[in-house]
Amino acid sequence: MTDQLPMPLQTGCEPSSSCDSRREFLGTAVAAVAMALTGCGKLSKEEFLQHNFRELSKDEVQTIIARLESEYKAKYGKTVKVGTEPAMPGVIFGYALDLSRCIGCRRCVHACVKENNQSRNPEIQWIRVLEMDKEEGVNLQHADQYYDPAEVPREGHFYMPVQCQQCKKPPCVKVCPVGATWREKDGIVVVDYNWCIGCRYCMAACPYGARHFNWGEPGLTPAEVNPDTHYLGNRPRPKGVVEKCTFCVQRTRKGLYPACVEICPTGSRKFGNLLDAKSEIRQVLEHKRVFKLKEDLNTQPNFFYFYGV
Amino acid sequence: MNTSPIQSAGLTLLLLAAPAFASPPEKGPKGEPVAQEGLQVPKPPFTEGVFPCTACHDGKQVKVNTQRRELAMHSEIELKHGPESRWCLDCHDANSRDNLHLASGEKVDFTVSYKLCGQCHGDKFRDWRLGIHGKRTGSWNGPKQYLLCVHCHNPHAPHFAPLKPMAPPTRPENIKLTKGVAR
Repeated sequence: MTDQLPMPLQTGCEPSSSCDSRREFLGTAVAAVAMALTGCGKLSKEEFLQHNFRELSKDEVQTIIARLESEYKAKYGKTVKVGTEPAMPGVIFGYALDLSRCIGCRRCVHACVKENNQSRNPEIQWIRVLEMDKEEGVNLQHADQYYDPAEVPREGHFYMPVQCQQCKKPPCVKVCPVGATWREKDGIVVVDYNWCIGCRYCMAACPYGARHFNWGEPGLTPAEVNPDTHYLGNRPRPKGVVEKCTFCVQRTRKGLYPACVEICPTGSRKFGNLLDAKSEIRQVLEHKRVFKLKEDLNTQPNFFYFYGV
Repeated sequence: MNTSPIQSAGLTLLLLAAPAFASPPEKGPKGEPVAQEGLQVPKPPFTEGVFPCTACHDGKQVKVNTQRRELAMHSEIELKHGPESRWCLDCHDANSRDNLHLASGEKVDFTVSYKLCGQCHGDKFRDWRLGIHGKRTGSWNGPKQYLLCVHCHNPHAPHFAPLKPMAPPTRPENIKLTKGVAR
């Protein structure tokens, strides 16, 4: 705890000295008190006083990004780029997964972990592949996520990967008491890790089990860090915050496919712009039998399951 | 099974035909038919050292024999693609060994083998062109790369091969408690 003295003590000043302003003094004092009360030894004054990402001016965003990048550099010893690409105009992302093709090989699960800087120990996985009985159909009572046979697919089973469904009416956003999670204009539900208080209401509210909590300091070695990150996406997370699938916001806002789409050996995963009539996702919606998981909850996912046969 | 010798022969022929291609014949990086489709398709996955087929099938070293039979060569190919009614020269062209041919007899390059597959599997072919069937990589709003049918489905045994699954998630009871980690 004492190996890294928090910034405020160095940058702050005594009331008697030539303080720039009362505000600065108060800020420092509040941060110091908060540090003492919460025991958040690593929380700098700037971080403690940082506003919700949606309320920041461009200058403030730049300052924060610079601070984060230097923190990551110090922590991981390599340059980590933190992007802030906004949603593209005229784009709402949609995703479709072909249940008749998925063989449950979990290549997507691990490609996701690699791409999105999840904690490796304990490993947090944003995609959960459920093995289900063909006789039962899509029945979550007959689903197993721990299957581990020598080869997949297993006779008589099919596989249903579940991840964040990027709902149009996300219950997780509705319950967040501090507004640390919201739905972006392109339909991606994101988390401001610096604003999240770790109450985990969103995890309780999500009907898909798509949100995950950093119970401990994320175990992420420098070699494992993917340096191409986004503020609202895969930048390394602190302890005590909730995280989730962002459709690889750091990739998709640059026009790339999400990592899970790129890796899938069966081509079961389809991704694109719901507002573009020629996109793969729209072709799926128009030509195939499509359903939404737990549609009765009226969460209105932008994630669809379909049967390609 | 009166067809078994023939099957084997077909297999052998297929093998011969397939293994000869080091690099497939190309009409430039974007072969003309591919450009028509507006798709970027990588090279066909030839077995090493197999292409061009004419390295052996030049009409001199190996004489053309259109008799359906069990082959001495290409024994590694096991035909599990409607073997009762199919053999090598239904797809491989006997006279132009570095090509395939359609049912009409029209020759097609190995780079556009999807035309051949699409003759029977029309529904999959349509889905593939729309982006519903098959794997696309690259850019969702820009240039993409499409895989050929044969990248995922061995044309001689098209059923998608089973894979070893990657590690399952850790069960909650097996997550080790790590105490005393610096915050």
